[in-house]
Amino acid sequence: MTDRPQPLIVGAGPAGIRAAQSLVEAGLRPLVVDEAPACGGQIYRQRLVPDERSSRDLYGSEAVKAERLHRHFAALAGHVDYWPQTLLWNLRDGRADIMAEGQSRQVSYDGLVLATGATDRILPIPGWTLPGVFTLGGAQIALKSQGCAIGSKVVFLGSGPLLYLVAWQYLKAGVAVAAVLDTAPFSAKLNLLRGLPLFPAVVLRGMRMTAELKLAGVALHYGVGNVRVLGAERVEGIAWGDASRERQLACDGLGYGLALRSETQLADLAGCRFCFDARDRAFLPERDAAGRTSVEGVYLAGDGAGIAGADAAELAGERAALALLQDRGLPHDMARARALEAELARIGRFRDVLEAAFPFPARWATMIADETTLCRCEEVRAGEVRGAIASFGVHELNRLKAVSRVGMGRCQGRICGAATAELLAHETGRGIEAVGRLRSQAPVKPIPLTLALDTHQEAAE
Amino acid sequence: MSRHLSVDVAIIGGGLVGSSTALALRGMGFDVALLDKGFCGAQASGVNYGGVRRQGRPVEQLPLSQRAHAVWPRLRALIGIDGEFLRSGHLKLARNEADMAALEAYASETAEHGLDLELIGHNGLRERFGWIGEGVVGASFCPGDGHANPRLVSTGFAAAARRAGVEVLENTPVRGVSRRSEGFALEAGEGLSLGARFVINCAGAWAGAFAESFGEPVPLSRIYPSMVVTEPMDAVMSVNIGMEGGGIYARQVERGNCVVGGERGLPLADPDFSRPRGEGALSIMNSAAALFPGLRHAQAIRFWSGTEGAMPDRNPVIGPSLTTPGLFHAFGFTGAGFQIAPGVGEVIAELVRDGATTTPIEAFSIGRFSALPSARTHHGSAAGQNQEPQQTGETRP
Repeated sequence: MTDRPQPLIVGAGPAGIRAAQSLVEAGLRPLVVDEAPACGGQIYRQRLVPDERSSRDLYGSEAVKAERLHRHFAALAGHVDYWPQTLLWNLRDGRADIMAEGQSRQVSYDGLVLATGATDRILPIPGWTLPGVFTLGGAQIALKSQGCAIGSKVVFLGSGPLLYLVAWQYLKAGVAVAAVLDTAPFSAKLNLLRGLPLFPAVVLRGMRMTAELKLAGVALHYGVGNVRVLGAERVEGIAWGDASRERQLACDGLGYGLALRSETQLADLAGCRFCFDARDRAFLPERDAAGRTSVEGVYLAGDGAGIAGADAAELAGERAALALLQDRGLPHDMARARALEAELARIGRFRDVLEAAFPFPARWATMIADETTLCRCEEVRAGEVRGAIASFGVHELNRLKAVSRVGMGRCQGRICGAATAELLAHETGRGIEAVGRLRSQAPVKPIPLTLALDTHQEAAE
Repeated sequence: MSRHLSVDVAIIGGGLVGSSTALALRGMGFDVALLDKGFCGAQASGVNYGGVRRQGRPVEQLPLSQRAHAVWPRLRALIGIDGEFLRSGHLKLARNEADMAALEAYASETAEHGLDLELIGHNGLRERFGWIGEGVVGASFCPGDGHANPRLVSTGFAAAARRAGVEVLENTPVRGVSRRSEGFALEAGEGLSLGARFVINCAGAWAGAFAESFGEPVPLSRIYPSMVVTEPMDAVMSVNIGMEGGGIYARQVERGNCVVGGERGLPLADPDFSRPRGEGALSIMNSAAALFPGLRHAQAIRFWSGTEGAMPDRNPVIGPSLTTPGLFHAFGFTGAGFQIAPGVGEVIAELVRDGATTTPIEAFSIGRFSALPSARTHHGSAAGQNQEPQQTGETRP
């Protein structure tokens, strides 16, 4: 292994940490790059400055897992190269362009594990760009990482397990939670009973959180639709329901999200083949059960390859590392690999249950008003997008981007891409899988125009 | 699933040349089919820099360029949108005295062509274009030039052609075209056959195989110009900027984003698509930040590249085939096709209708390559292996 470049792991969340650990155990020295200042990913994100809160306060029932993961990664010090606060902004031809400490370096790698995680999935509603509206994940990070609440009287809206978890965490932190508005009907929750035999503890924990919210007097509403965020300069309240029976509630903070979406830009830049995933309603990079992609030496692990949660991410990170070792002709534990795959498959079956319990609001595209902002980076309203679809006769996502600017801005469609695909599919009478996916372009996140290439670093390699 | 279509003119390639030709021909009353292997305007026509520029073109291109110049202000009438066309002027910078001398020579060489070039010295630049940084000794200004949004213009021409009654067939690659006793027979897409009296080969970077199949090999290569765009900024640059002797080129769109081009990208595994190189993009970015102090704190939000057909003498191939009656070529614009494409469309339509055009295009004849010894399409340094077949007669590219 002496003159081969080191493996590169992108992301220091549960998947990236477990991948790094397995590679180190096999005698390799991976480079781990991560955008955050400390390891843990989003789910086990660490606070920026120490405060009086305990791990239990921060991570609740997952405190043991969080502490273990942080500890294990700390123990890898000296055996990995770890670059926090680092952005991998481009991948090409087996080399990575990486921004760290204000400079860009080109890094060669031999084996690439993409553990890029996920962000909230959003479907725009009137008022969603008002100050005071956060994603569920953003609301959670404000609390976890900075000890801040997104308001003094907060409403949580959307779908997915995170909806109840974040509401419960805010409640426990002493924030007034005005309501939880679930876009799915109550009947959908009955699907969770099917999940009991698979993961009884998880299902029961969810039920307990819901019960505690209720006991604390938090209003829980199901089947919520026609939502409008109220306010002129910032969030002042929320309204929902049909015009004849509209309900309103005052609040100064709103957490909103409809489950999660995978961060797939780097897999795209790496040249991985994508296919449509019905459960996630998204195109995802293809991978086998071990995490191998269509590109030799590129592996996927964690939510970046399809939403499966933190426990699955740990397993998938380890599994991808074993695949890398195997492909490199190094000793690896095949029995362990099979056990990991079996457990991942079991979590996959549970994910089907969760999807049924927290279904995607598929009728959204029929409802979005023309004047609602669809792409906030480029400030494009839904009506303008409908107009572009009609006047240019486009029915493919990249063509729509070309003629409407949707997805061209700072976020490159990470925020609006899912919604745009839904709208295009609806307007053209096609399935969501038939409108294609936005092709990724570097840089995956904005970089300074004056970013300099550290040629000294390149020469040293 | 087979289908037959009989038209007057079959156009291979739905870029700006193809779609403007289609629209012009339809206006003359022809039945037209416009075929693209992907989506119309999705390749070089739609992803180029967006310069609408006559200044700097070889003098033999200027009559054609002037013809196109008259089309740009009429876009709204022609295709229903203005394509964000802005007659901002084009300022070509000189970084040293030799470059300035070259600009002066160009101005006198083209004096008869109506570009109204104005030479500006160092002090004049400071006064009028104070947002340009150090290291520039002078410039040449073409007030009638400008810039536009290629994504809208290219797609807009194809959409207008469709509305006018052109049969626009996307995702329909032409698999074979051959001359018959009466006109041409084409096979395209899945089971589509076409009969046409005329065929226009404007397939851009993919045009070489069609030309070669009619015994007219050309040294067409591929280039991949690289672009960087910034986040929206306050108004920084008021004109379209170019540089004598190469370097970067830059413009600011109405929304505030600055588009900066330069360098060359590389093709992907699928050589029909390309992306800039990381270090190339960084070089463009740093050059822009150095030349325009107002951009020093800007963020780059996106890069892109496109696949463009290039000729060794930097002139396109435009005009009738010399081997096959009824066949016309228009390709190889070498990174400078956007401005003249609407003019080329008019010229090709005239050639089809009248067999002649009022605009001089002799310099672009495919005949200038007829002395070529080999029937090989050769490829740019960055192109890698090209998969175009080398057949004659009935081709299946």
